Amino acid sequence: MGQILSKKDQKIVKDGVWESNPVTLQVLGICSALAVTVQLKTALVMCGALTFVLCFSNVIISLLRNLIPSKIRIIIQLAVISSLVILADQFLKAYMYDVSKQLSVFVGLIITNCIVMGRAEAFAMQNPPGKSFLDGLGNGLGYSLVLILVGTAREILGSGTLLGFPVVPQIMYDWGYVNCGLMVLAPGAFFLLGIIIWIQRAISGYVEKN
Amino acid sequence: MEHYLSLAVKSIFIENILLAYFLGMCSFLACSKKVETAIGLGCAVIFVLTITTPTNWAINHFLLEKGALAWAGLPDVDLSFLAFIAFIAVIAAMVQIVEMVLDRFSPKLYTALGIFLPLIAVNCAILGASLFMDERDYTFGESTVFGIGSGIGWALAIIAMAAIRKKLEYSNIPDSLKGLGITMIITGLMAMGFMCFAGISL
Repeated sequence: MGQILSKKDQKIVKDGVWESNPVTLQVLGICSALAVTVQLKTALVMCGALTFVLCFSNVIISLLRNLIPSKIRIIIQLAVISSLVILADQFLKAYMYDVSKQLSVFVGLIITNCIVMGRAEAFAMQNPPGKSFLDGLGNGLGYSLVLILVGTAREILGSGTLLGFPVVPQIMYDWGYVNCGLMVLAPGAFFLLGIIIWIQRAISGYVEKN
Repeated sequence: MEHYLSLAVKSIFIENILLAYFLGMCSFLACSKKVETAIGLGCAVIFVLTITTPTNWAINHFLLEKGALAWAGLPDVDLSFLAFIAFIAVIAAMVQIVEMVLDRFSPKLYTALGIFLPLIAVNCAILGASLFMDERDYTFGESTVFGIGSGIGWALAIIAMAAIRKKLEYSNIPDSLKGLGITMIITGLMAMGFMCFAGISL
């Protein structure tokens, strides 16, 4: 990576992953981060779909940035994003039908995922395509990082499996260990994400003012 | 009638669009700092959901579904892949129209909702309700009730959250948990509370 990307470009990617992580610091894209993380598999597919949409919407909008009249830019951004989401959705329906059924409406909701709109508006409208692609990649990876963490924790604690394989040994169940049902339900997701945000912010030293 | 009532209760309390499906979290977190703004945004969401869900039902039913274009002599055309782009366009256009109508006929409400109306176009709760309506094959009546119910449920959650956050100003929270972190945990507790409605069926 060191040879291919300059220091500045590396920083763009790194910012997205850690320094200004879209989920924990910019407070974007929380909806899907919680909804698709009951199992790690759906979380991974969602990460792939979102990163794809984010990178390419950033590139396309950045290419068009000098042609878009500022008054109607939101609707143009939405049109670009929803076309990409339709591509992702049709692809999932064709090749991974089961997962796409489980994700149900949440693939469609990438359109209104604030990460995509937010990065298009905040970064791609001012920067050339190459940089915008890296910004999309960085933010996509940052989002994936949180999703994978939440997904792993919820699947292990909630169902005792990882990617569908049992990881909690049978002997634990024999000794009376019970899967934590709360983790599969909505409140578990809220608690876990709250705790992850706490840890991430404690490490990176970010404090919110009121 | 009973069927509609039970659907309304289900969409407001049992399957609250925010607390059970996590839709509309972004604006929920960003706009729940003050009770007044929470009420304004809540009302705007109810309003827009009530209009867009049935409209999208009509678009889907008469234009996009497989065989829906039979009235135009094209019984084999299936445009359902266009659903996403059509729904979001309808929502954006509806929000714009609602904005103009309010500006003309009720300037007071318009100034009260002001900045929130355009934001609603990208609120996932609105698109989410339309997509759920499509996925669950609701009828026209059902989708109207579902739209209103989801809106009320969302408004209820954000207003309650704003009130709790107001109280929180006086509590002593660890620095890095402040703001987003503690809000998530409280939302979790609220979601647990709303799960108690799960046993109710009319």
